[in-house]
Amino acid sequence: MLVLEKNSLTEEVESLVEFYGTERSALLPILQAVQRKHKYVSDFVQQEIARLLDIHPVEVYSVVSFYAFLHSEPQGRNIVRLCQTIACDLAGKEAVARAVERELGITFGQTTKDKRITLEYANCLGMCDQGPAMIVNDRVYTHLTPEKAINILNEIK
Amino acid sequence: MKPNGNKYAVRQGAVLFSEYAPGSGIKKALEIGRENILLELRESKLKGRGGAGFPTATKWMLVAAAKSEEKFIVCNADEGEPGTFKDRVLLLEYPELVFEGMLIAGYTLGARQGIIYLRGEYEYMLKSLESYLEQMKEDNLLGNNILGNPNFNFEIVIRLGSGAYVCGEETALIESLEGNRGEARNRPPYPVNTGYLGRPTVVNNVETLASVPHILVKGGEWFRTFGTDKSTGSKLFSVSGDCERPGVYELPWGTKIKDLLEIVGAKNTKAVQVGGASGSCIPKSQFERTLAYEDAATGGSIMIFNESRNMLKILKNFMEFFVEESCGQCTPCRVGNVKLLEGIEKIERGVYTFGHLNKLKELGRTMQVASKCGLGQSSPNAFLSILENFKEEIFNKNGYGGHNGK
Repeated sequence: MLVLEKNSLTEEVESLVEFYGTERSALLPILQAVQRKHKYVSDFVQQEIARLLDIHPVEVYSVVSFYAFLHSEPQGRNIVRLCQTIACDLAGKEAVARAVERELGITFGQTTKDKRITLEYANCLGMCDQGPAMIVNDRVYTHLTPEKAINILNEIK
Repeated sequence: MKPNGNKYAVRQGAVLFSEYAPGSGIKKALEIGRENILLELRESKLKGRGGAGFPTATKWMLVAAAKSEEKFIVCNADEGEPGTFKDRVLLLEYPELVFEGMLIAGYTLGARQGIIYLRGEYEYMLKSLESYLEQMKEDNLLGNNILGNPNFNFEIVIRLGSGAYVCGEETALIESLEGNRGEARNRPPYPVNTGYLGRPTVVNNVETLASVPHILVKGGEWFRTFGTDKSTGSKLFSVSGDCERPGVYELPWGTKIKDLLEIVGAKNTKAVQVGGASGSCIPKSQFERTLAYEDAATGGSIMIFNESRNMLKILKNFMEFFVEESCGQCTPCRVGNVKLLEGIEKIERGVYTFGHLNKLKELGRTMQVASKCGLGQSSPNAFLSILENFKEEIFNKNGYGGHNGK
């Protein structure tokens, strides 16, 4: 990583720490803010957060690795999560999942080559009455059909 | 901001979906004073709506009695149980009830801060909830000297989860708030004594808190006119699966399962999963049973399966869920769920033995007592109840399971 890049990341973490504070309870909000912007929390950022909160980097990594929505590896620009839990499953999730995989040319857990989309499964999104459902970044789409899902994904930049 | 493609039905119900003037709950609370609030709550016999059913008044009284400079009110909006989405509706359509419930709790217990732990999947609600909180500040319902009462200061912050089902367990939720992995703590000590940052903390479900303003305005006795003796009031049921009208329904406790099925337009129903993946599966022969804490208990999740469904496949989906969501801290849950899932896969492939399955059932019962938190204690419920109630379908029809349906 370039020194300039490192410096700007450090500045970013510093301003987040200034906003959320240096308490341990600030850790999750800080990680979430980094995740939202960069789609993952790099090793370097984890170390910087640890330094500024005065905890061991392994503490930060243990939290990052625990939560399904925090990533320690680079992801695509958009994260698409399809609900795999029972109500969406009964409502036709399987057809949507296969169609999305074919269209993007990747399987669940992978990222497209142009880094546009990371495809994941999620557990119950709380949209059981309107399944199948998926979340694109933080937006929810319901009553999916294979065609509708593909149209939504094609819209994403 | 409403979720995409969401069309709301007109809501009707006895308690939560009845008429309510925003602000009247807290005004009544200030008028009658702390002790009377607790007495009114006790009178109502309100129990926790998240599923465990602990009496709310008792919880509040324990925190009220705890001596500490700082106390916290935590609203558990980490609604992760498969098939549950009532809190989504409450937070989107009735935020005033939830926030006022927290405010009343803050006033009664002398807490200055309320925290909503909102599940990461509901991040899209953040903007609308925050703008509502801003509005409350402008109306002097939050902040300092609320409604002109000196020394009544309360603020509410929203904290997001990050996609961990186990954080719905109250001590795991507190761990998560403190910036740790969401691993459940040993209880006791309970959060009412040693909660967030080691301070006395009330952790209440969204629906529980939303019930409080109604109870104060209309009275505990009024609340008790709904429901049964042991399960007072009404409940929001999140209904999904094979029915014509899935959605959130407010019905009094004690409603029969078969009556609920009629209301939501379910036909050819084979089974109803009551209480989500961690609840139990009720076959047709038991549809006379009632939804209540003392009978078929639920935090709100009702999933309906019709005759065309393969129960083994449903069970497999549940167990895959628990294998993924187990936090891995204690062995019965971490290893047990994997073993139960392997057993299901063996049935699917037709390479099981009954000797092995009996051992797995025993393992399931061991998990129910030996797991550290509610996740591992309840994850074998589906396994045990589905294998018991649907053994004919799973084992008899084709000689082995998994090939007799969609």
